[in-house]
Amino acid sequence: MNQQGRPTKPIDAVPVAPATFTGNRALRIEEALIFEFGRTDVTGVDLDEPAEFAPRLGGLERKEPIGLPGLAEPEAVRHYVRLSRMNYSIDSGVFPLGSCTMKHNPRLNEKMARLPGFGDIHPLQPQSTVSGALQLVAELSRWLCELAGMPAVALSPKAGAHGELCGMMAIKAALAARGEKRSIVLVPESAHGTNPATAALLGYRVETIPARDDGTVDPEEVKKHLSKDVAALMLTNPNTCGLFERDVVAIADAVHAVGAFFYADGANFNAIVGKVRPGDLGVDAMHINLHKTFSTPHGGGGPGAGPVTLSAALAPFAPLPYVVTDKNGVRLVEHAADGAGKPFGRMCAFHGQMGMFVRAMSYMLAHGADGMRQASEDAVLNANYVKAGLKDLMSLPFGDGACMHEVLFDDAWLDGTGVSTLDFAKAMIDEGYHPMTMYFPLVVHGAMLIEPTESESKASLDLFVAALRDLAMAARRGDTARFSGAPYYAPRRRLDETRAARSPVLRWMKPVVQEAAE
Amino acid sequence: MRYLPLTPEDRSEMLARIGARDIDELFADIPADKRLDALPDLPLTKSEIEVERVLGRMAACNVAAGSVPFFVGCGAYKHHIPASVDHLIQRSEFLTSYTPYQPEIAQGTLHYLFEFQTQVALLTGMEVANASMYDGSTAAAEAVLMAHRVTKRNKAVLSGNLHPHYAGTIETVSRLSGHEIVAPAPHGAAEDLSGLIDNTVACVVVQNPDVFGQVRDLKPLAEKVHAAGALLIVAVTEVVSLGLVTPPGEMDADIVVGEGQSIGNALSFGGPYVGLFASRTKFVRQMPGRLVGETVDAEGKRGFVLTLSTREQHIRREKATSNICTNSGLCTLAFTIHLSLLGEAGLRRLARINHANAVKLADALGKVPGVKVLNETFFNEFTIRVPGDAAQVIEKLAAKGVLGGVPCSRLAPDNPHLRDLIIAASTEVNTDEDRAAYAQALKEVLA
Repeated sequence: MNQQGRPTKPIDAVPVAPATFTGNRALRIEEALIFEFGRTDVTGVDLDEPAEFAPRLGGLERKEPIGLPGLAEPEAVRHYVRLSRMNYSIDSGVFPLGSCTMKHNPRLNEKMARLPGFGDIHPLQPQSTVSGALQLVAELSRWLCELAGMPAVALSPKAGAHGELCGMMAIKAALAARGEKRSIVLVPESAHGTNPATAALLGYRVETIPARDDGTVDPEEVKKHLSKDVAALMLTNPNTCGLFERDVVAIADAVHAVGAFFYADGANFNAIVGKVRPGDLGVDAMHINLHKTFSTPHGGGGPGAGPVTLSAALAPFAPLPYVVTDKNGVRLVEHAADGAGKPFGRMCAFHGQMGMFVRAMSYMLAHGADGMRQASEDAVLNANYVKAGLKDLMSLPFGDGACMHEVLFDDAWLDGTGVSTLDFAKAMIDEGYHPMTMYFPLVVHGAMLIEPTESESKASLDLFVAALRDLAMAARRGDTARFSGAPYYAPRRRLDETRAARSPVLRWMKPVVQEAAE
Repeated sequence: MRYLPLTPEDRSEMLARIGARDIDELFADIPADKRLDALPDLPLTKSEIEVERVLGRMAACNVAAGSVPFFVGCGAYKHHIPASVDHLIQRSEFLTSYTPYQPEIAQGTLHYLFEFQTQVALLTGMEVANASMYDGSTAAAEAVLMAHRVTKRNKAVLSGNLHPHYAGTIETVSRLSGHEIVAPAPHGAAEDLSGLIDNTVACVVVQNPDVFGQVRDLKPLAEKVHAAGALLIVAVTEVVSLGLVTPPGEMDADIVVGEGQSIGNALSFGGPYVGLFASRTKFVRQMPGRLVGETVDAEGKRGFVLTLSTREQHIRREKATSNICTNSGLCTLAFTIHLSLLGEAGLRRLARINHANAVKLADALGKVPGVKVLNETFFNEFTIRVPGDAAQVIEKLAAKGVLGGVPCSRLAPDNPHLRDLIIAASTEVNTDEDRAAYAQALKEVLA
């Protein structure tokens, strides 16, 4: 047997890690841009050149070089595998990003979306050839309506903010149908930025409702802003402080009393699925982020899907297209004249994010009514468990009452330590965690919003809490170096965002070769 | 439930640690009379086998594009996707990551978005591109809003040959946000928009190739648009065409929007797709959506970050350039991987094959008695006139197992002049047998 070089054993004195020639660090490999190593005459897709033919382009052939690099398949696979290893993901660790709901993405959902009967059908095929797809859309609609406690849903919005736009457009159309033109939309200060941006896009003036001391909206404060000129209130419930708006019914009543509509931002619907139905609380429109509550993958920032559930008052104004179920089965209505509704228009080409619908449907079927309720309960339980584990070290801005699916800390406890919320977040990276949502919501100083989701086990949360406690104690005892330079162990150290914004470099450019002076 | 790791014992221990009697104590802020005990109208949890059975049955009721001679286009196209693309986008670190708000641990996403932005700029012939929009149609609506911001004017002119869904999307946003739209009805003929262009117009939106498949030189239009101080927005719904057709950038477009589905993304009944958005550098601060920029880290190493975010809703709130938050991350990744595999040589060849196949299809269908090919020019899609109602012809073709295209009446039912028109596409997936089957079936249907 050849024993040369074996077995290995660490030596006693461990040397300092040396620099490497390549800049790589074993599994962590620096990767160039495709423009720096690809070649325009290389391709990773084998296609046969067509036989000679007479083109019909009217002389508009593209003649100038495009400059797109090509990669052979092994080069492409290696490039993207290496890039993937520079990303944090739910699959690799705890991702407690408050309000974003980074729960487990079941792979069954991916498999279902790739069935040729769903993934390989065209939106403009004859309806007679897509009856199963229409059936799925109708079934998804039924589940969403049931869970929201509302009679209708518009499926075509492509993401949460697009859903907000859809809901607010329905409200604007409903008001116009009443012969009214109102100019104000009320938005609490804890709202997502998309809420005021959406209202402003539709020409509304945004009035901000301050939060009361406990982090919730005071119906009396809302009443002060209400008038016949208010079109809608946009309220997130549970709100972005992780609290259920306990006066939501009084707020809804007050809004309706002046003839306005109640828009609910459903970003946090995942906390209450199966526990309470927004329709029962007086909500007129609510978008549901399928990529949050129903676990379609976030994919590095999309694609999302933002169906909007609508009350009876708003349902007729739902945009095109929509599905109708009657004795002849399910039918897609693509033009106003073909249905009974008064659609306000069209949100996008085609029918919405079908790939996301299949995944969400797969998630719902797998969980069932009982599983979805349990998921909400576990999400809330996990958040409260994290809160219980950290509340003696970190500061709760709104007292020690129960939170919903996420717990909000502020930075009061960091006063005098020289450590900021940003530093604390970056130090979490070194501990192997994705940071919580930081500096949002805007209602508290130095916000840290932690949403563990129902996907974390107790053991995983115990370690997470222990790691955050260790960091918190380090901050308190003045171990600032652990924070100020963090992250130390990530693929990159802190990045210069100011430089990026001041002189933007938004694309690769061919380096200009300087001719040496003669 | 297989997705929930907590055991009943865990739950009891955790409640004790929290100091709550039971789980309902944590939901005490929900008004008691509104709380649910159960959802009686919905079924209970299902195993993987059961879910596969239910959804498999629904999927089996649909005719998959790959299972028949398939010629449907009009804004979404059946192309071959290399196996490595779908494998790579399902890497956990791509699939289950979030928007790259923590750049130190999201360089993978930021790096490919920077490459994507560069690819889109090169492909469209423009200076700068963003990190994607929801799809081509919403990108077009955002482009119109951007033109209003840039020109401080309030009116947009839409070509009559713009995809009616795109026109509908733009019209809806414009009307409800208080902007004016002038849009001739779809007609299919060459058009002269110059009578509509004056110094109150913010932008003119045209599609190339247009919805009927015609390829046009937009330079003369660009001159008129610019003379009026307006912006030319060009929509490209078949992005593979840019491998063969003069790009909008070379025809002096100011904003180019596109549907990127054709490269890397499945048909998926209309979504999710990926919107392309490119423009001139001087307008970059008015652009919607995310932008990735190059910078360095504390050790001087090159890295990438989201940048110019003072345009965006999470910073600017009601003063943002758009309310958009999500982009099309994973579809963007599929696009950029497929395009990296193709490269310039592969893309040009793919485009030539598409054009060659469409020419063959046009020649085959043109020989069917009663059928007339209307296009003078086209890339991979064109319009035919058939005797009688085109929608019925398409249904009869489907009954014969051929998906022959889109009847124009499906897109524009109010226009009687379009009732006998079919828009048909042929891509690299079609064989000579497919085209022969289409011609034969059409002959039988019209007989």
